[in-house]
Amino acid sequence: MKAAAFDYVRASSVDEICRLLADAGDEERKIIAGGQTLVPLMAMRMARPDMLIDINDVAELAGINDHGDHVSFGAGTRQRAIERSDIVSDRLPLVAKAVRNVGHQQTRNRGTIGGSIVHGDPSAELPMAALALEATMILRAVSGETEMPIDGFFEAAMVTNIEPEQLLTEIRIPVWQDARIGTGFHETSSRQGDFAIVAAAAQVALAEDGKVTRAAISVGGAAPSPVKLHGLEAALIGKSADGFQDIIALVDEEIDAETDVHATAEYRRRVTRKLVSRAIDDAIAEAGK
Amino acid sequence: MKQVEVTLNVNGKDTTLTIPPRMTLVDCLRDELRLTGTHVGCEHGICGACSVFLDDEPIRSCLMFAVQAAGHRITTVEGLLNEDGSLSDLQDSFWECHAMQCGYCTPGMLVASESLLAENPDPSEDDIREAISGNLCRCTGYQQIVEAVQMTAKRRREGAANG
Repeated sequence: MKAAAFDYVRASSVDEICRLLADAGDEERKIIAGGQTLVPLMAMRMARPDMLIDINDVAELAGINDHGDHVSFGAGTRQRAIERSDIVSDRLPLVAKAVRNVGHQQTRNRGTIGGSIVHGDPSAELPMAALALEATMILRAVSGETEMPIDGFFEAAMVTNIEPEQLLTEIRIPVWQDARIGTGFHETSSRQGDFAIVAAAAQVALAEDGKVTRAAISVGGAAPSPVKLHGLEAALIGKSADGFQDIIALVDEEIDAETDVHATAEYRRRVTRKLVSRAIDDAIAEAGK
Repeated sequence: MKQVEVTLNVNGKDTTLTIPPRMTLVDCLRDELRLTGTHVGCEHGICGACSVFLDDEPIRSCLMFAVQAAGHRITTVEGLLNEDGSLSDLQDSFWECHAMQCGYCTPGMLVASESLLAENPDPSEDDIREAISGNLCRCTGYQQIVEAVQMTAKRRREGAANG
């Protein structure tokens, strides 16, 4: 349970990080920020980078800013900072609910939003919330800056579409401008703070008559990657609090549940339907207040 | 093995060491600085036994390489003692409530609880359980740990009121 040997560089700027990534040659060079996913992978020798580039000293990679139509997060923003942020609780209540389920105080103090997203752990809560709300990721390389939608970024369990020479610098999460918005987040795990067996996130906007005008729904843990439930989102439009149970079965068509040591695929499908239903219930109730 | 020189500030004292980058902070604390109060359990961030303070925030020292801790203040369970070397009020309450059986989780439990009390002088039982949720006690002696934290919180509040 000890990491293999590596070279260590403490980077002081985004340009330096990008140069180090571009000059990797045959070496595997990995970014380390909070290390809460990467260090266990290294301890178990599932990751064996030749070089670790520490980005914790690069101040521009951390911080939460309100831009009106979206909130931006530096990739190195700690989960603890997100948990404590008034901007997040005011503007992105779904993210605020999600982050409370991320790990424990000791891991949230180090873990970052960028690390959660780039590792693509299927049960991670922040990627789920960012996916539901259609976040945009800003990636930097020596060749320049790329904007990438988060939908499609998650390839498989622990596999994402980031190139070895790219650095995730920022995550932009849209803020809905609708008048009546509600959110819901439900998770089941062995213990509070453990990896989600299944988690569900929902945000809805309601019209004056209580009918859903807009919906964002995602699930984590159920399948090898977090999944945005496009079909259910579309079907939910025009529904109200007591009228959506007949469409919950649509969940089954959108997730490819797997069996592992924690739960069977059938259990995951059943729990997913229930948690998605509860998350939508909560979201509609909150929006109706 | 690649070696680097690093200066660590632990419990208020600077020490310069030559260590490989792959050495975790917990191994460095225990094997290089001989501060064996911090325990090493699972080595992949599950058990919480290795919890220490990094700049006043609790972290898992098995999930950080020691080289990364340069420039930060680290406080271990040894650093929680009173200045005269006697047990702190929280440590004393753990003793009084018998909040340990084998003692393996105790340093991590103390760090997690001290962090909670610093932020919240009047925690509910739920607050306490949430704060120690990242620390496994394989003896399952959680109830006494919760009581020890409640006792400390009560005594600190009374002390503040009388002081």
